[in-house]
Amino acid sequence: MTVEELFENQNAEMERQGELQNRIHCCTAAGCISCGADGVRHAVAAEIERQGLKGKVEVCGTGCLGLCGRGPMVWSAADGQLYGNVTAADAPALVATAPEARAPLADRAISPQDPFFAKQQRIVLAGSGRVDPERLPDYIAAGGYQALAKALTEMTSREVIAEVKKSGLRGRGGAGYPTGLKWELVAKQIPERKFIVCNADEGDPGAFMDRSVLEGDPHRVLEGMAIAGYAVGAQQGYIYVRGEYGLAIQRLQTAIKQAEREHLLGSRVLDTGFQFRIDLRIGAGAFVCGEETALIASIEGKRGQPRQRPPYPPESGLWGSPTLINNVETFANIPPIVRQGGEWFSAIGIEGSRGTKVFALAGKIRNTGLVEVPMGTTLRTILFEIGGGIPGGRFKAAQTGGPSGGCIPEQFLDIPVGYESLAKIGSIMGSGGLIVMDDSSCMVDVARFFMEFCMDESCGKCIPCRAGTVQMHDILLRVTRGEAAEEDIEMLREMAELLKDASLCGLGQTAPNPVVSTLRYFAEEYDAHIREHRCPAGHCKFEADPERKEVTA
Amino acid sequence: MPANAPGSAVAAPKDNREKLLERAMSRHQYSGDALIEVLHTAQELYGYLSPALMKTVARKLRLPPSRVLGVASFYHFFSLKPKGEHTFVVCLGTACYVAGALGLVETLERRCARAGQTSADGKVSVQTARCIGACGLAPAVICDGVVLARVTPQTLSGELERIGVK
Repeated sequence: MTVEELFENQNAEMERQGELQNRIHCCTAAGCISCGADGVRHAVAAEIERQGLKGKVEVCGTGCLGLCGRGPMVWSAADGQLYGNVTAADAPALVATAPEARAPLADRAISPQDPFFAKQQRIVLAGSGRVDPERLPDYIAAGGYQALAKALTEMTSREVIAEVKKSGLRGRGGAGYPTGLKWELVAKQIPERKFIVCNADEGDPGAFMDRSVLEGDPHRVLEGMAIAGYAVGAQQGYIYVRGEYGLAIQRLQTAIKQAEREHLLGSRVLDTGFQFRIDLRIGAGAFVCGEETALIASIEGKRGQPRQRPPYPPESGLWGSPTLINNVETFANIPPIVRQGGEWFSAIGIEGSRGTKVFALAGKIRNTGLVEVPMGTTLRTILFEIGGGIPGGRFKAAQTGGPSGGCIPEQFLDIPVGYESLAKIGSIMGSGGLIVMDDSSCMVDVARFFMEFCMDESCGKCIPCRAGTVQMHDILLRVTRGEAAEEDIEMLREMAELLKDASLCGLGQTAPNPVVSTLRYFAEEYDAHIREHRCPAGHCKFEADPERKEVTA
Repeated sequence: MPANAPGSAVAAPKDNREKLLERAMSRHQYSGDALIEVLHTAQELYGYLSPALMKTVARKLRLPPSRVLGVASFYHFFSLKPKGEHTFVVCLGTACYVAGALGLVETLERRCARAGQTSADGKVSVQTARCIGACGLAPAVICDGVVLARVTPQTLSGELERIGVK
């Protein structure tokens, strides 16, 4: 495909879709599939056939529509109406074009003015729910690959990097390193062989943003990676995707094949001299592989163990070559930045945290699902307006950043969300998992849960992490059983410092964060367990014998 | 490629498995760097990684057997023991955990086998997962590759009865 053909194809597909009376988008992300979305889609297809509306009404699969808790979700393009909890029996009403025939669905209609949607700003998720992830023409109709075309034909690689720098985009994987600077570092390296790696090893429990982007709009990530390849001078990219994400893997494989067939990837991309290939690498279930040097080892077929940095991957990464590693969401931000300019992007958000952030809402919240908000939105807006609040309970804490993050108590609900503001209150932005806990969750047990996670996932290379997580978990376990003494808390604090200072990689360095943050904001819960052998949340079960409080070291 | 989610049922015709594995290795030019891809294929074909299978892979990729065992045992995904007829994977991600996933593990442990093990009759393997990314559906269980949403001990028991666990 040449650049001209790209625009021709866009017009042709838009025209084709414009001639349809309706296009019914059935969410086929993993969440909706597990509540029967496939059945809905097939029923709608059969109904179109039965009513003889083929060519007039169309059904397509689509990426995450956001409200995962109310799946299966369906979006009807003609009237822009969204429906939740749809079943196969609703097919006739969905296909019907007359508004009165929609009556059976009325009670499950979700208004676009619903705060869940009204407060969001979709950049990364712009195509999710609108394009069929298995059809390249859909992505092209939505303006896909035009950013790549613009970069290749109108911009030098330096200009692309300048644009990304201007946007103020920071890494969305958790650490928040400025993306433009990272690109520049790789671009400066002398060796000719360079690599682009997309980190799709989304391991934080409670985070499913990357999965949804890959499932719902895979071409967007491919385009972002190709632009990065052009900017830093790499010809090969890898996507390291979690083995657990079967559907995302399948969709990526399809998308790569489609893009290669149309010369949007491969040699002579868009009929220019630029070549770029993308291969998938399937993870094998190791949380530590989200750490960049461990990820590199894993792509090289080794045990996923991190190594000492520096040298950092931009200097020496995959097979010793300069390597640019960015997260899925980071790459997904690139096409709109190139298309609309860095200035446009930097106008969104707050100082130091530009653009939007996708959060995965889960836990004790009414609207579980995927939301994208401008940086600087308060947690209160996210949880109580978009999320719909806590059903039947009282808000206790919001957990961000997974096992590397912290628990945010009620008094900070009004701070604007950003990299620095969250760090200041002892949590991190993390990759975007946002888990809400109400008063039935015991914060000590939550800390123990995350410590158990880190203990299991520690790769075992460095001692502070390998042994420290076991010791900390042991103490936390004793607290939850009412067997701990007050000195144990001091010991926990001491070990937390040690792990933070002495561990080799981010896993060990941040493993104490949930403990530190719960000690900071929920110290009274620790006290209640230790002194009164009581769990304020009523979660922990203590041994019947209250005399058993003395513990030998 | 079939979705190799944890717990997906593995069934390939026995006769050409060797050929398929060979093809996977040759696709990667028998490079040691492709060890993880090759092990993925091997497990897909054979259901688990037996010592003999790992030795074969080591020989063909010209790697020391210790490296193959080292990699296979490092990653949770690879199973060094045969799996049961049915596999239940209980998600223990944060959202599922706060929604009561431990009760589901207890149900399975009481009726089938301890987490990480297979029942004595070889019928059910019980596993736990870190997070399957289905947090909107918490608590979630993967039964033979199919994600079950908002599972309760009751619906889980129903599922067990369906596959004939007493």
